[in-house]
Amino acid sequence: MAQITFSLNGFTETVDVPAEMPLLWVLRDVLNLTGTKFGCGMALCGACTVHIDGQPTRSCLTQISYVSGREVTTIEGLSPDNSHPVQQAWLDIDVPQCGYCQSGQIMTAVALLENNPDPDDEEINTALRNNICRCGTYQQIREAVHRAAAIKTSLAYNAMDSEIESKNREESA
Amino acid sequence: MKKTSLTNVGLDRRQFIKTSLSVSGGLMVGFSLNGAAQQDEDASQSRFNAFIEIAPDDTVTLQIHKPENGQGAVTALTMILAEELGCDWNNIRWEFAPIARVYGFPLQGTFGSLGVRSSWQPLREAGAATRQMLVQAAAERWGVAPDRCAAGNSRVTGPNGESLSYGALAAAAALLEVPTELSLKSREDFALVGKAMKRLDTPAKISGQAQYGIDVRVPGMAYAVLARCPVFGGTVRAFDDSQARQVPGVIDVLEVSRGVAVVAENNWAAMEGRKALVIDWDEGPNATLSSAGILAMQQELISTPGAVARDDGNAAEAIANSSTPITADYYAPYLAHTTMEPPNTVADVRENSCELWTGSQIPGIAHLNSVAASGLSPDQVKVNTQFIGGGFGSRGGGNVYGEAVEISLAAGRPVNLLYTREDDIQQDRYRPASLVRMAAALDADGWPIAWTGHVSCQHFQALQNGLDREAVAGLANAQYTIPNRYFEYSALELDVPTNFWRSVGASQNTYFAEAFLDEMARAGGKDPVELRRHLLTDSPRLLNVLNVAAERAGWGGELPEGHYQGVALASVFASFNAQIAEISITQGRLYVHRITCVVDCGQVINPATVHQQMQGGIVYGLTAALKGEITLENGRVQQSNFHNYDALRMDEMPFIDVVIIDSEVEAPGGIGETATPAIAPAIVNAIYAATGKPVRKLPVSPVDLV
Repeated sequence: MAQITFSLNGFTETVDVPAEMPLLWVLRDVLNLTGTKFGCGMALCGACTVHIDGQPTRSCLTQISYVSGREVTTIEGLSPDNSHPVQQAWLDIDVPQCGYCQSGQIMTAVALLENNPDPDDEEINTALRNNICRCGTYQQIREAVHRAAAIKTSLAYNAMDSEIESKNREESA
Repeated sequence: MKKTSLTNVGLDRRQFIKTSLSVSGGLMVGFSLNGAAQQDEDASQSRFNAFIEIAPDDTVTLQIHKPENGQGAVTALTMILAEELGCDWNNIRWEFAPIARVYGFPLQGTFGSLGVRSSWQPLREAGAATRQMLVQAAAERWGVAPDRCAAGNSRVTGPNGESLSYGALAAAAALLEVPTELSLKSREDFALVGKAMKRLDTPAKISGQAQYGIDVRVPGMAYAVLARCPVFGGTVRAFDDSQARQVPGVIDVLEVSRGVAVVAENNWAAMEGRKALVIDWDEGPNATLSSAGILAMQQELISTPGAVARDDGNAAEAIANSSTPITADYYAPYLAHTTMEPPNTVADVRENSCELWTGSQIPGIAHLNSVAASGLSPDQVKVNTQFIGGGFGSRGGGNVYGEAVEISLAAGRPVNLLYTREDDIQQDRYRPASLVRMAAALDADGWPIAWTGHVSCQHFQALQNGLDREAVAGLANAQYTIPNRYFEYSALELDVPTNFWRSVGASQNTYFAEAFLDEMARAGGKDPVELRRHLLTDSPRLLNVLNVAAERAGWGGELPEGHYQGVALASVFASFNAQIAEISITQGRLYVHRITCVVDCGQVINPATVHQQMQGGIVYGLTAALKGEITLENGRVQQSNFHNYDALRMDEMPFIDVVIIDSEVEAPGGIGETATPAIAPAIVNAIYAATGKPVRKLPVSPVDLV
């Protein structure tokens, strides 16, 4: 057994588990954070995708010892109220059917948009090709990633606008 | 408004609708879907089995009696009830219904693309009855005639500007008689039905909050996996669990009827413990079963006469007289379901009770299986329906409920039994592999005049005089007008467990029929769309979707260089579907560019859901057509996970153009399975157009592409 301390959705978490226990099962069965899903156990389907230090990672094959001192973000950590731009886009397009793979799809999409604010279809396909959806929501996911990119851009413009505005105010004052 | 009498078909349906005052002082309306009155056994449950509950604070709570596996049942059923009830969409709450006869038990569940079809009329009647009672209560309070009052947006308004909310009227309405005459809304008055509505389950499914069976945590619960014999029907001879018990977190190792269970503090410990088990299996009589051996049995079966499924005219004679008969054998393999959420169930068995938490397509069967496995009486068993992470036919019955109950009993605590992906693929109940031998004859003008087929596969349901109609569905009952037709079926009896798979018999037979039809077209020098039009004189709805699809897809027009189209039709679950696939083949690789999908599914409830289900059905069928094959060797399934039983990926996803026919038909058709049958033949027919070679075996293989 090993004591592992890491940051989980912004809070410090310490668990006492075997060092080789996969992060997925620590999240789900030790911490009861069940939004991250088990799909294959072999990093083949993407249902268990979380962020480790911002990188999309398959938690089913990531040993807990690896996350010691690192930052882990799960679907529950995106926002408390579905207000993250990617969640907003998923709501707007109404993506899910059974919904089981969507945590992994969303986490992969969030990471994609962090690195590439305006991906084209090809880039979306490449980023998400290892996230399997058996319900066949791919067309909606692609649409939602574009929508999320637009939401993020407009948020960025809004932020820039208000920054310029406050700067102007400062200058005129 | 359309008047409907509740006393139709000689039944006084008032006895099947029941109202009462709710605990909170509101109105509860219950009724029976299957004609059974509210049963005494249901009364043993603490609450009255209502479909609708209106609370004094205006919230309306609906019981959703169909499980949600992504097909949109929750939203569609809520729309139907809310439409007739006239309540504010924002005031609606919903929950999954418990198991009860009024909700359809024992076949309470979602299957056969029947969720909306079977609920449409009764839910409308319940909504209308409730609305009328609320109006009646208001009218009495105001001393006016009910027909001078109007209902909508969760309020009743009177002739003199009076207005009361449904919540304020609920208690009074609960004391009224159920009306004998119902006024159902006319189609042109629909405010919700037919409108694209956002799914009610989306917010929970994008935040990680939706609870699937696998997510259930109850006090004292342990996690379990089960080692089952890799050969179907095999049993445990002996086992050594000394190493397994050393694995940190393993609580117990228990032999149960289907194998050896490892119970642990978490799933990972359970899986690690199972790896450390040493089991001596008695593999039994199926240890030599192989795909080649099974195919040989099927070949033998279709060489001798089978049970007759259709006999029109004299097909044998027409083919014998033909100078150029067309003959071909077609084959579709065993398929697993691979729902993204692998099978699982939480069971908590106590001395006098058994409680289950599970995502089952037919919770009624989960209940029955648990009664059998626990030895308890039906009223001691409770099933709590959870979201299902994909069904596709796999979650009807199966072993998982009984296994979980047995393990909980043996462990003396609640357990969450999980199938790993390997368990799921190797211990599934499969779509049966099917072999068919077909022949056809054309007249002097090249039009088909005779068609025969002999199918051999394991049966989906009990045989009647040697025949399983489902095993020939989509082939023997194809909608084409051909005067001489003869179809036979020979049942293959094997211990390979089989089950429904999205669209069931039609999933393979539509491939056989539609691909062979293109062989007939080519032999007769006909265009595939032209041939189908010629043969669809008796099926106007199928002809219509074909014509709309052909126009939409630009059939016969100019395509990008190297692109080819294939067409296929399906008439299933009271719906009609045409698909046109556009493909190209480059350096031996198949590219699927576009699918045009036209559906006539009668009355549409939520067009957004129809779009989703058409796309989803196509992706499911496309995965199977291009990648799906379960094979057996030495009695063992050879595939184990997504690396060798793959699914369609986003970069392989074609653009799917869905067109919904604005149908005059008042009844809704099914949508959950409707789009799956036609995709495989549309694809192989496009390949046939490109290569000139028919694809007679699925999945499509590289040799088909040159």
